[in-house]
Amino acid sequence: MTQTPDAPTPPPKPTRIAPIIQHDAKFFWDASDKEEFLGEKCGDCQQFRFPPRPMCPHCHSLKREEVKLSGYGTVHGWTIPRHPPPFGFKEAPIVIIVELQEGTRMVSNLVGVAYEDVKQDMEVEVFFEPTMGNHKVPVFRPRSKKA
Amino acid sequence: MSDRKEVVIRGVGSSHYGRFPDRRVESLAWEAILEAMQDAGAEAGEIEAVFVGSVFGPPGVATRTLRGIGIGGVPVITIEAACASGTAAYHEACEAVALGRYSCVLVFGIEHLSSLFTRGAIVPEATDSEGRAGLPLPGLYALQAQRYMAQFGTRPEAFAEVAVKNKGNGAHNPRAQLKGSAPTLDEVMSAKMIAEPLTFLQCCPVSDGSAAAVVGRPKGRRGEVRVLASAMASGQLWDHRSKEFWGEGPVRRAAQAAYAQSGIKPSEVDVLEVHDSFTIGEILTLEALDLCKVGEGASLAPSGHTQRGGQQPVNPSGGLLSRGHPLGATGTAQIAEIVWQLRGMAGAHQVPNAKLGLVETMGGGAAGMEGNASVVSLLALR
Repeated sequence: MTQTPDAPTPPPKPTRIAPIIQHDAKFFWDASDKEEFLGEKCGDCQQFRFPPRPMCPHCHSLKREEVKLSGYGTVHGWTIPRHPPPFGFKEAPIVIIVELQEGTRMVSNLVGVAYEDVKQDMEVEVFFEPTMGNHKVPVFRPRSKKA
Repeated sequence: MSDRKEVVIRGVGSSHYGRFPDRRVESLAWEAILEAMQDAGAEAGEIEAVFVGSVFGPPGVATRTLRGIGIGGVPVITIEAACASGTAAYHEACEAVALGRYSCVLVFGIEHLSSLFTRGAIVPEATDSEGRAGLPLPGLYALQAQRYMAQFGTRPEAFAEVAVKNKGNGAHNPRAQLKGSAPTLDEVMSAKMIAEPLTFLQCCPVSDGSAAAVVGRPKGRRGEVRVLASAMASGQLWDHRSKEFWGEGPVRRAAQAAYAQSGIKPSEVDVLEVHDSFTIGEILTLEALDLCKVGEGASLAPSGHTQRGGQQPVNPSGGLLSRGHPLGATGTAQIAEIVWQLRGMAGAHQVPNAKLGLVETMGGGAAGMEGNASVVSLLALR
């Protein structure tokens, strides 16, 4: 196969480190690889929880359900770890606590906005960033349109 | 509770704190233990058990330490509770004596971080989701600081004031890692940004060190310090949904238990050594200890209340921000400091008229939980 001079350059290889996949969260990461955002909720009291685990922290039930999450949420807290540069990031990432529409909060990253422009309760939506080892992880960006 | 026995701290000791890449971890503990044994007037043969706090070991660090100080054959129990490991070991030692299991035990905390973390901040546990989002330990506290600013309109200078106070105190502490260094507010504010809004000088240094205490039944010797209360509270399940900034719950619960045990009110405490690994940590801790209402903690240093000459001096040793933070050793270092303060032996950073002291340590950082554990102890000269 010959290369033509105007062949598109491949996207840069991802530097973000892949998640460590533990048994209880395997469904979450497998879904992420397919750009699906799943959560875990209790099969009895129906409350959401994160990170995934065997037992409901609210009612101690062992019934668990994997459910599709809306992917929408708001910024509850944020920072930017500038030094030392976190491993796997070319530039310091904005780290947020995101409050998902379903009520759970989780720590993730916010991209597509300058640190100075992050606002309390700013609306965000999930998307997926590639990592090393051909995985994808959910991160957030400012919400593009109202549902 | 009535059949609980009186517990005293008979003696304390510590190494210097800093980066000692050429010292083996045990040798720092030998320095601390030998000083504590001498201070207590205790013989090696009196020690019935040894309680050790350490986070990163190495494995077998407790036993390897004992070979240098002539103690062997007795039960040796190593406890890990993140940053509260040393105080957790102390707490278990106090309980063992109070319940009559032993009459004289050795406690020490030990850590050698300079050989493990050469890039700076401690690396978070890799399987916790926080770490994979690029959130190091300073970032976790920065999130709390940012939330605090958003909720109360606090300015970043209020956090920096804690560093100015504690490093100003530690400048006079010959054992502190940052001894001799008392930065101004401008210097703290303009230091390298670590994680917004916390600058380099608002983060504790990575340290090596050890501190020790001999805990037991009273001997009637001068300088014995009575353990009025010691309480440990572990982290509960937590998913960030509470109104708390992170997981201050364990501190609050340990404090409430310690106040209840002793009948002492927060306003009665004369001197405190608390967990100020980052400036915001001291503020949230003092609120959890009920020294003030939630939202008022940031005014305690600027108002003078927690300054060395203030009504309730906090971290006269310089705290973790100046002494350094050798994780497992920090709790025992805090205990040693309060003992010296109560005896009037603290030297250039002595607080006047300290009759009642409080030690608090918080071991944080565990995804899905408030944190590992917190210990709060109340102490007074016997």
